[in-house]
Amino acid sequence: MSGAKTSQKGQKRLGSLFVNGVLVLICLVWLIPTIGVFITSFRNSEDIYSSGWWTVFPHRGWVKVEEIRVPESVDVDQPFEVAGVTGDFATLRQGVVTPDGRKITWIGNKRSRLVIVEEKRWVGFSARLTLDNYRDTLSGKEIRFRDASGNEITRKGNNLGGAFLNSIAVAVPSTIIPILIAAFAAYGFAWLNFPGRKLLFTLVVALLVVPLQIALVPILRDYTQLNLNGTYLAMWLAHTGFGLPLAVYLLFNYIGSLPRDILESAFIDGASHFTIFTRLILPLSIPALASFAIFQFLWVWNDYLVALVFLGDQNRVVTSALAAMVGEKGQDWHLLTSGAFVSMILPLTVFFALQRYFVRGLMAGSVKG
Amino acid sequence: MQNQPRLSAGDQIINWLTTGVGRLLVSVFVPVVTFLVLWRGFIFLRDSNAPQFLIVVVAIIWGVGGVALLYGVSNWLVEKLSGEWVRRLQPFIFIGPAIAILFWYLFLPTIRTLVLSFQDGLGRNFVGFENYLFAFTDRVMQEAFRNNLLWMILGTGFSVSLGLLIAVLADRTPLEKVYKAIIFMPMAISFVGAGVIWKFVYAYRGEGIGIQEIGLLNAIVIGLGGKSQPWLLLPPINNLFLIVIMVWLQTGYAMVILSSAIKGIPSELLEAARVDGANEFQVFFQIMVPTIQSTILTVTTTIVIFSLKLFDIVRVMTGGNYGTNVIANEFYLQQFTYNHSGRASAIAIVLLIAVIPVMIYNLRQFRERRAF
Repeated sequence: MSGAKTSQKGQKRLGSLFVNGVLVLICLVWLIPTIGVFITSFRNSEDIYSSGWWTVFPHRGWVKVEEIRVPESVDVDQPFEVAGVTGDFATLRQGVVTPDGRKITWIGNKRSRLVIVEEKRWVGFSARLTLDNYRDTLSGKEIRFRDASGNEITRKGNNLGGAFLNSIAVAVPSTIIPILIAAFAAYGFAWLNFPGRKLLFTLVVALLVVPLQIALVPILRDYTQLNLNGTYLAMWLAHTGFGLPLAVYLLFNYIGSLPRDILESAFIDGASHFTIFTRLILPLSIPALASFAIFQFLWVWNDYLVALVFLGDQNRVVTSALAAMVGEKGQDWHLLTSGAFVSMILPLTVFFALQRYFVRGLMAGSVKG
Repeated sequence: MQNQPRLSAGDQIINWLTTGVGRLLVSVFVPVVTFLVLWRGFIFLRDSNAPQFLIVVVAIIWGVGGVALLYGVSNWLVEKLSGEWVRRLQPFIFIGPAIAILFWYLFLPTIRTLVLSFQDGLGRNFVGFENYLFAFTDRVMQEAFRNNLLWMILGTGFSVSLGLLIAVLADRTPLEKVYKAIIFMPMAISFVGAGVIWKFVYAYRGEGIGIQEIGLLNAIVIGLGGKSQPWLLLPPINNLFLIVIMVWLQTGYAMVILSSAIKGIPSELLEAARVDGANEFQVFFQIMVPTIQSTILTVTTTIVIFSLKLFDIVRVMTGGNYGTNVIANEFYLQQFTYNHSGRASAIAIVLLIAVIPVMIYNLRQFRERRAF
């Protein structure tokens, strides 16, 4: 595909077709699992267990056209004839497809004597969609639904609605507090002089990649002594601690590169460091603050380990509530799929609305472990 | 004119507040009130039975406002002192809280975990290197190491190479933004959420008359004439099915970073190579890859560290059973299921040792990049 030579235009178009083809294919692989969960979350619980989610799209499928009762006189232990097909019980039970496109299947055991005839027709125009799954996952009360064979099942709800509120109560302060603390510290490191400045900042850089597993056991002991386990404050402080090295590092790079004369002219006007910081530096740093804010918000919202350790079963956040659902209701796909979407809706919105800032933060922070 | 008497009364109060005993009293009074407000707020949040929505709103205001208040009050106190002391103390108002939290949450725990790793399960007696002996020789740990190695090699390898491929290909199409947004999207999804999404893909309902496979993978396998399988229960191949999830999550990250590096390659360089008759593969392998080498290294390191600490996916999908255990999950099991903090700490220290080269590299980079 040499762009310099015009004689190769045709080859170039072929190349671009190939490039787009490969990309579309990869994108489909990337999207389909999520689409499957999304569609399933709106399907009737009975339907979910009796057919794959892809059957909601129009397709040719088997449709029952006739029900035949096999007379008692037929001996089913020998090969016998029904609906123009001859076979023994075992083959008929698997289903036999005739050359004219009918499928004959024995339903149930030998005593049921029920045979159905199916034909291929276009189906899938009338998928039963419902919001019940969302009502059930969000609820903390008892819920009822029907399984594949139509039996009614009663379960205790996982209260994902409450978990959603908890996640907000954890994530919003866990985003703003480290930003505030880090911005103050970044200003201090960049523009103030004090003994130990270099050593302390080296410590910040060193702590960037420390795995947070290292802190969990000692901090948990402290929390137990302070009776902090299960509180929002415990989560805010923990996320602040774990997010702080990156926040200080990023904001230092930004605040340290602001032009020196802005500060000096403010000083001449008699402003104190505190005034300069709150009135001048914070507003100027909004792009950097926003980048880190989105980064930290997504990290905290999606965190599972810290919530599992410090919150336990109190004040569950969406990730731990969803994980508990996977453990307790591993096969209740109508609850799991809608639960997964409840947990994803806010981060996805934030992400797509502010993708530009997120990418910027990601680039600046690619040293973090 | 009408305001005159009230103003002077106000002036009097201010005069009293800024001199002598009044000033001292205020300096004590304000922090005490601040402390009381914050403490009452904490008790309210911990014990109140108010509607949850109200609690959430109060919590956010209390948490964020409290931190701002602490900065404001402590700075106000320091600025009451003489100029010399302001200059000396103010830096510590700015960096103090950050340093205190870093000490409490990262620096001290590293030392405390190191001490714990030489103690027994309850942290009472010293047991020497026993926990490290466990960490390196126990069968469970060896399986975890093997799996982590798989995650690091395959997971990182696929994420980086797929990310590079997509970045290079997307660079040539007008729809670049759309493609990249789709690949990048999983970055916003939690590992637990991703676990549910992929567990549904791998769902297995067993054999029997009239049972329909509702998992996509089994449906495809059956459609191709195969037999459905409980994919997550089949060691060692189930590790690969878990690694797919990580590739799905991390490729977007690699792609975004590499894509911006590719855009930074001067176009004259690429054009010159093409004019000299290099084909696209030669341009890619002999010009692009060497130019963005350092970015590829950074991305690879980041993802390797990520896969080393990987926990959520394994925890949600298999709980570490069926031969899928990893180091971080064994850490969790030792601490919270078997209550053996010595072994858990030893595992955490092993994780720390593994990232020390990166730490040294970061420090060296930092020292070279700017005269601090």
